[in-house]
Amino acid sequence: MSKRIDVKDLNVYYGDFLAVEDVSINIEAKSVTAFIGPSGCGKSTFLRTLNRMHEVLPGARVEGEVLLDGDNLYGPGVDPVTVRSQIGMVFQRPNPFPTMSIRDNVLAGVKLNNKKISKGEADALVESSLQGANLWNEVKDRLEKPGSGLSGGQQQRLCIARAIAVEPQVILMDEPCSALDPISTLAIEDLINELKDQYTVVIVTHNMQQAARVSDKTAFFNIAGTGKPGKLIEFGNTQNIFSNPTQKATEDYVSGRFG
Amino acid sequence: MSSTLTPVRSKRSALTKGQLPKFAPYVVLAAALIVGAAILGVIGFNAFGWGIVSAILFTIGLVGWSAIAEGSRKAKDKLATCLVVGSFLIALLPLISVIWTVLVNGIPGLIAPGFLTSSMNGVTGVYDNRAVEEGAPVIGGIYHALIGTVQITLVATLISVPVGLLTAIYLVEYGNDGRLARAITFFVDVMTGIPSIVAGLFAAAFFFAVVGPGTKTGAVAAVALSVLMIPVVVRSSEEMLKIVPNELREAAYALGVRKWRTIIKVVIPTAISGIASGVTLAIARVIGETAPILVTAGFATSINNNVFGGWMASLPTFIYTQILNPTSPANPDPSSQRAWGAALVLIILVMILNLGARLIARVFAPKTGR
Ligand SMILES: Nc1ncnc2c1ncn2[C@@H]1O[C@H](COP(=O)(O)OP(=O)(O)O)[C@@H](O)[C@H]1O
Ligand SMILES: [Mg+2]
Repeated sequence: MSKRIDVKDLNVYYGDFLAVEDVSINIEAKSVTAFIGPSGCGKSTFLRTLNRMHEVLPGARVEGEVLLDGDNLYGPGVDPVTVRSQIGMVFQRPNPFPTMSIRDNVLAGVKLNNKKISKGEADALVESSLQGANLWNEVKDRLEKPGSGLSGGQQQRLCIARAIAVEPQVILMDEPCSALDPISTLAIEDLINELKDQYTVVIVTHNMQQAARVSDKTAFFNIAGTGKPGKLIEFGNTQNIFSNPTQKATEDYVSGRFG
Repeated sequence: MSSTLTPVRSKRSALTKGQLPKFAPYVVLAAALIVGAAILGVIGFNAFGWGIVSAILFTIGLVGWSAIAEGSRKAKDKLATCLVVGSFLIALLPLISVIWTVLVNGIPGLIAPGFLTSSMNGVTGVYDNRAVEEGAPVIGGIYHALIGTVQITLVATLISVPVGLLTAIYLVEYGNDGRLARAITFFVDVMTGIPSIVAGLFAAAFFFAVVGPGTKTGAVAAVALSVLMIPVVVRSSEEMLKIVPNELREAAYALGVRKWRTIIKVVIPTAISGIASGVTLAIARVIGETAPILVTAGFATSINNNVFGGWMASLPTFIYTQILNPTSPANPDPSSQRAWGAALVLIILVMILNLGARLIARVFAPKTGR
């Protein structure tokens, strides 16, 4: 229940502005891949092209191919909605739906699409998703309470539960811990470790220790200067990127000598 | 923990030194009221002048005392507080005075037998003369005007809310600030400024052209009112939809939810309480319209339950005709009593609407708490 992603020669634009240039990368199924790099180098932009969330912004477009187990996401006739139901996303700031209870937040992917689901199935899905997000024990007694009453870390795990409830092949996370305290961060990192048994996980992080702790492979993005496009500089096993990078820029960045 | 607290001392804390005592405003207020009464007593007493003079004396006294005892920063603070509270009271005056006048004048009309349940059908000046001269009860009521107002406003709302809400959705979710969106925004702004009588003439002319000359029905009035309502609904819904965070839309898209479903199930529910109060404001704006209803629905004294046929009364036109053309020109008092009663009912209707909107807002508001 997880697929690989292969990106070929991808250029990403905001209108006329080329934000990310010529990225090719192969992301294995059932692995955790971390994207690191300085602010503004296009990590989020690139991540959002992997489930066609980029084009939601007016004027945003993409050139190149993104293959999900060989099928091009940007092929003719591909419905972005189908793509997004296979490739889920967790955002930087926890964003549970404020009008919904915890339970309804988990079921949002099902309910918002008007899929019929029996109460028993729904209960089972809520429990398994919350278990999967390590949140079940904390919220099982207040499933009908609003999701906004949870702590930031709990809300983020609720968003992860919401994402895995639609049973995606791939989960993309854009700095999922940057708004969280260290304890919640650890809880999410543990969770990412468990998620990779079932899902392909791609995580953007600002925190290099975090990349080193959770990821199998790391991609380093960099930008030559403001107004220039971001580029993929180096991609390899996390171990190698941190202890033995081949590029000077990577070494400078991971050793904190950047800029 | 308590052992580290210093025991309560009777001496005033050094940190609160140089402050006016808590009772200071009350002392000043009492003094201002007494001195104010004395001054007014000299030049001729009236309650309104007493309030004004006392308020000025209070401000001067409190600020002066504070300047002496506390220094200029605190004195300025007190002055600002007095000005703010004073402006608030002044703003409240007309409201209270209107409500008071309408209550005092309207209650006798409202409690007259059959006021809410009968129309003016068959009520002639003879009855009004008898009511004044022989003390018979004032008969005749507003039932026909009440159902007219309710039906016309309801139809206007049924037209305006879908049109206005869909326009707002187009502008916020699909317009992308393109040429069409900007044109719509411009025309909505223009519509906001249309005088209500012009809206009435437009609806009348439109129906004359389409249905036939002289078409005056509740539906024509409803169209006129919706011309006035639509821009208000568009504007307020647009603002409400705009403040729904984009993150929520993206969260839904990322779950594989289509755009229109996201709008219906995430965006609108998140904004519904604001939209509901916007709609209420729009209704409150048009429910008291008189001129456009006179030229579109005419005026009736008997019950007409059909918005699509025949002339129809409404509360504002009822009030207008009762005052302008009393049922008995010799004894206008019963007519004026009915007009005030109708005004009171109109205010009560608007209040019920407001409460309804609050209820909707309460039910749909984003849930908080754990
Ligand atoms: N909505 C947008 N419109 C135009 N340019 C954008 C937008 N979002 C990001 N960018 C630009 O794209 C580049 C990459 O941004 P981003 O992907 O957010 O970087 P990162 O996530 O690595 O910090 C930046 O130069 C940024 O200014
Ligand atoms: Mg980013």
